[in-house]
Amino acid sequence: MSVLDSKVPKGPLETKWTDYKNHIDLVNPANKRNIDIIVVGTGLAGGSAAATLAELGYNVKTFCYQDSPRRAHSIAAQGGINAAKNYQGDGDSTYRLFYDTVKGGDYRSREANVYRLAEVSANIIDQCVAQGVPFARDYGGLLDNRSFGGVLVSRTFYAKGQTGQQLLLGAYSAMNRQIARGKITPFNRHEMLDVVKIDGKARGIIARNLVTGEIERHSAHAVVIASGGYGNVYFLSTNAMGSNVTASWKIHKKGAFFANPCYTQIHPTCIPRSGDYQSKLTLMSESLRNDGRIWVPKNLEDVKAIREGKKKPTDLSEDERDYYLERRYPAFGNLVPRDVASRAAKERCDAGYGVNATGEAVYLDFAAAIERYGKEQAKIHGINNASADKIYELGAAIVKAKYGNLFQMYEKIVDQDPYKTPMMIYPAVHYTMGGVWVDYNLMTTIPGCYAIGEANFSDHGANRLGASALMQGLADGYFVLPYTIGDYLSNDIRTGKIPTDTPEFDAAEKEVTDRINFFINNKGEHSVDYYHKKLGKIMWDKCGMSRNAEGLKSAIDEISALRKDFWKNVNVPGTTTEYNEQLAKAGRVADFLELGELFAKDALVREESAGGHFREEHQTEEGEAKRLSEFQFVSAWEYKGEPKDAVLHKEELVYENIEVKERSYK
Amino acid sequence: MSGFFKSSIGRKYAMALSAFFLMFFLLQHFAINILSVFSPDAFNEASHFMGTFWAVQYVLQPILIFGVIYHFVMGFILEARNRSARVKKYAKNNGAANSSWMSRNMIYSGLCILAFLVLHFIDFWFPEINTKYIQGDMSGLLGNGEGFRYYEELAHKFESPLRVGAYVIAFVFLSLHLMHGFSSAFQSAGASSMRKEKLQLFGKAYAIIIPLGFIFIALFHHFNHH
Amino acid sequence: MNLTLKIWRQSDANDKGKMVDYKVTEISEHMSFLEMMDVLNEQLINKGEEPVAFDHDCREGICGMCSMFINGEAHGPDRGVTTCQLHMRMFKDGDTITIEPFRAKAFPVIKDLVVDRSAFDRIQHAGGYISVNTSGNTQDANATLISKHAADEAMDAATCIGCGACVASCKNASAMLFVGAKVSQYALLPQGQVEAVDRVKNMVAQMDLEGFGNCTNTGACEVECPKGISLENIARMNREFLSANVKS
Repeated sequence: MSVLDSKVPKGPLETKWTDYKNHIDLVNPANKRNIDIIVVGTGLAGGSAAATLAELGYNVKTFCYQDSPRRAHSIAAQGGINAAKNYQGDGDSTYRLFYDTVKGGDYRSREANVYRLAEVSANIIDQCVAQGVPFARDYGGLLDNRSFGGVLVSRTFYAKGQTGQQLLLGAYSAMNRQIARGKITPFNRHEMLDVVKIDGKARGIIARNLVTGEIERHSAHAVVIASGGYGNVYFLSTNAMGSNVTASWKIHKKGAFFANPCYTQIHPTCIPRSGDYQSKLTLMSESLRNDGRIWVPKNLEDVKAIREGKKKPTDLSEDERDYYLERRYPAFGNLVPRDVASRAAKERCDAGYGVNATGEAVYLDFAAAIERYGKEQAKIHGINNASADKIYELGAAIVKAKYGNLFQMYEKIVDQDPYKTPMMIYPAVHYTMGGVWVDYNLMTTIPGCYAIGEANFSDHGANRLGASALMQGLADGYFVLPYTIGDYLSNDIRTGKIPTDTPEFDAAEKEVTDRINFFINNKGEHSVDYYHKKLGKIMWDKCGMSRNAEGLKSAIDEISALRKDFWKNVNVPGTTTEYNEQLAKAGRVADFLELGELFAKDALVREESAGGHFREEHQTEEGEAKRLSEFQFVSAWEYKGEPKDAVLHKEELVYENIEVKERSYK
Repeated sequence: MSGFFKSSIGRKYAMALSAFFLMFFLLQHFAINILSVFSPDAFNEASHFMGTFWAVQYVLQPILIFGVIYHFVMGFILEARNRSARVKKYAKNNGAANSSWMSRNMIYSGLCILAFLVLHFIDFWFPEINTKYIQGDMSGLLGNGEGFRYYEELAHKFESPLRVGAYVIAFVFLSLHLMHGFSSAFQSAGASSMRKEKLQLFGKAYAIIIPLGFIFIALFHHFNHH
Repeated sequence: MNLTLKIWRQSDANDKGKMVDYKVTEISEHMSFLEMMDVLNEQLINKGEEPVAFDHDCREGICGMCSMFINGEAHGPDRGVTTCQLHMRMFKDGDTITIEPFRAKAFPVIKDLVVDRSAFDRIQHAGGYISVNTSGNTQDANATLISKHAADEAMDAATCIGCGACVASCKNASAMLFVGAKVSQYALLPQGQVEAVDRVKNMVAQMDLEGFGNCTNTGACEVECPKGISLENIARMNREFLSANVKS
């Protein structure tokens, strides 16, 4: 028997969550006033959790490194949020959302958690509308829906191309109400640098004030980590510059198991890299694949001519183009799930068909959509024998209405007009399905320490479907954690305030201070970014879209060597008692350098292909991912010093309500 | 309503309301003055009515004076507060990139108008008050008793090219002030964008036609009686 | 291209601060403005000097963290973009670029180009929310119909990213576009009506308390706003404020 207990309640899937809620212990309102909770991170998960816990009556402290909770990177989510409302009457249901999510995750997620997620999804929309989130509506005044990749119904709610922003501002407004009531104390421009354990339980954190450099002690009866994913381990990703793994990694080092670190989502439609100075990659919403067709030239001579500027993509005739997604996956075509689309782009570019100078770009072409819409509009407006120009004009107007803001963003960055010439896109790191291992209560293996949102591993298995991240963050924060945390805190009603002048706090603070002083006093040769870029390159080359044993083994060695060099030669300017971004970044990169190695180790051990994790040794004859039943488990890693010494614990995944099948989109 | 006029938005409303009143007064003033170009008699009649009718003298005139003073004093208070909202100035500020010169310099066009008003009061208002309320001559007649004095006094004032020059310059600044002030007052009062385009066009026309008309009147009398 | 940068350096809130000249070379026109700043900072770190502190995070124009005043304009000379989306192709080889923090009494400088915009948060605490608890049995999302027009207009107001460019651009350092946008979003939705009177009064009171200037309708905020928030939102706030004061 494994040391992992997922604590999934017994009983039929449909009633598990309701029955469980009816039987867990609660804390009475008078006692909640005596209980403190720390929430680290104020994105969708952290913000919604903080607001709801404060509404219930707990005293909440929130921590974020940005200058305001409103800036957490959830804000950048574009497309939408899924919910099984079935407003469109197209056959959606809680079960279907559950089924799609498990299948999309390549049967590597926990059944009971996913069903609960699907079950509370409808409530999220109700809650957000009540908060004043301006979701898109149709002319009848009802909520509108979109369709996303890998599903057959329209269940995605959206607010233009800024759904994440609107949902985050909703959660932030709920926080504001509690801040005004004095139930939330926000600590902005603060970074959590360690968790403090007393008698085995999480009882507080050590945080650094990023403006003054002051090290602070904060105690609480429970600590909630909602600090997002670790995509920045690749240096280049669609994550924010400050997104980091530090909070998750610190609790991992204090006893929280880290699950499935190798499950990373590489999003197929991002703007390609243009040079070595690049600091960040920009996503183009998945919704573009509704109308855009993805292709590369059929002939290598054309590729060469395009790269040299002798030919333009628009010069190529239809039969000189290879619409490789439509060719390989006729059923889903350009709307295959993200992992499949990304790998297909990489396959073409590796074969030498990449269309820009770096050889890492494919075309996303709207010409066909513009023509189709143009002809449709000409018919609607009763224009017979419309000229090609007129058709283009009418069609471009429709495309502009649908994707105008994205096209404008593309033009600003690339300086090309996507209405006239196809967009260039390439996959980029976007989301991490792996994260801190949690049980059904969202509690980590440290009692009293919880992980929610992207920071945990729970719901998306090996691949996340579009518009499901927002759903999970808000489900955890609004509707799951506030119930399950009460079960734990009901034992703490007599504990009283946790003092911070204890040896445990002393020790944790000393560890943090020593490390900060080391960075400032080291005066090495290379900047923090120098190491971060090197790590990113190893990760992208060897732990990227496709992986093999040899590459992963050498990645482990290289990262380990790089880490040693970092601790010897890193150069951090400035002092400890001022606003010092380099110092903050040094700590984050130090943690990435450990995580990266565990990541590679996890990928090496997982001798199968599943979702975002593609092992070249395990593919079908057509080059599709080959899943193996003996790997139907969650890899949860226990920290034992060096990442290479981490101990693997397996949580077997059992599917009682869904048939495990070959995942095919052909 | 307590505290309304102490709030930033309340003061905007107050500025807008006094501006509406002043713009209406300006229109009325212009309507009477332009009569002097077409018919001295009509001008005299209108001036005498305005100068002696109790409601104008004892109700509208004090309101007007209050409106003028309020608009100026509040303008200065707001300017002082607004300046204090940015203690350290920019080394480089490209205001022309995002706003009109008029909108950024209302205080200066306003100060020019204030200087003009002082001159104007010395020219017309103080002598009027002196004649009517200190000397008690409410007849409005010339010293020799032959007809009304208003047109004669007007024509006499515009003999000096210096005064006419000062008037012309002041009216140019009035135009600049109104160019922003007209639509700004409506925006402050919460006018919706539906009506805004037409309003702005009307405001521009107002800001040009009225001051230009006053300039025309001054020049007309200057050249006709010189 | 090669550029001269004139950058505001100030070690902390109490320092007097000054403009300092820097040279950067071999800047690609495809770089974003912040990537150019990264190049400068890498150069300074390698020379053993202190890098220039500036706020930035998402680098895709949505988080509202970046905040530079470039050549006399908030977020630089381009329109509809934040500093992170501003590209170096907007400049020419040999240019001198002046870079300052957003300046306002209500936005004190923390260091170099980093300013404290917590005044915006406090205005939101004063009423930027709808009082609804997370109960799990809120009424169905489609129970209240909202016209597409109202929903779209509320969305346009809600796209504000809270960057503070409006305050920085305004000659009076007024925050009315920011506050107007938030008041408008709720004023346009039926859910926001119940608390409308208190909301606008409390938010305006807090705005005044923070030391922002008053609006004189120059329209600079609307032009410089990276999200194109309309002046109409200020007019709407004025109406809401008047009617709130008439009602109570």
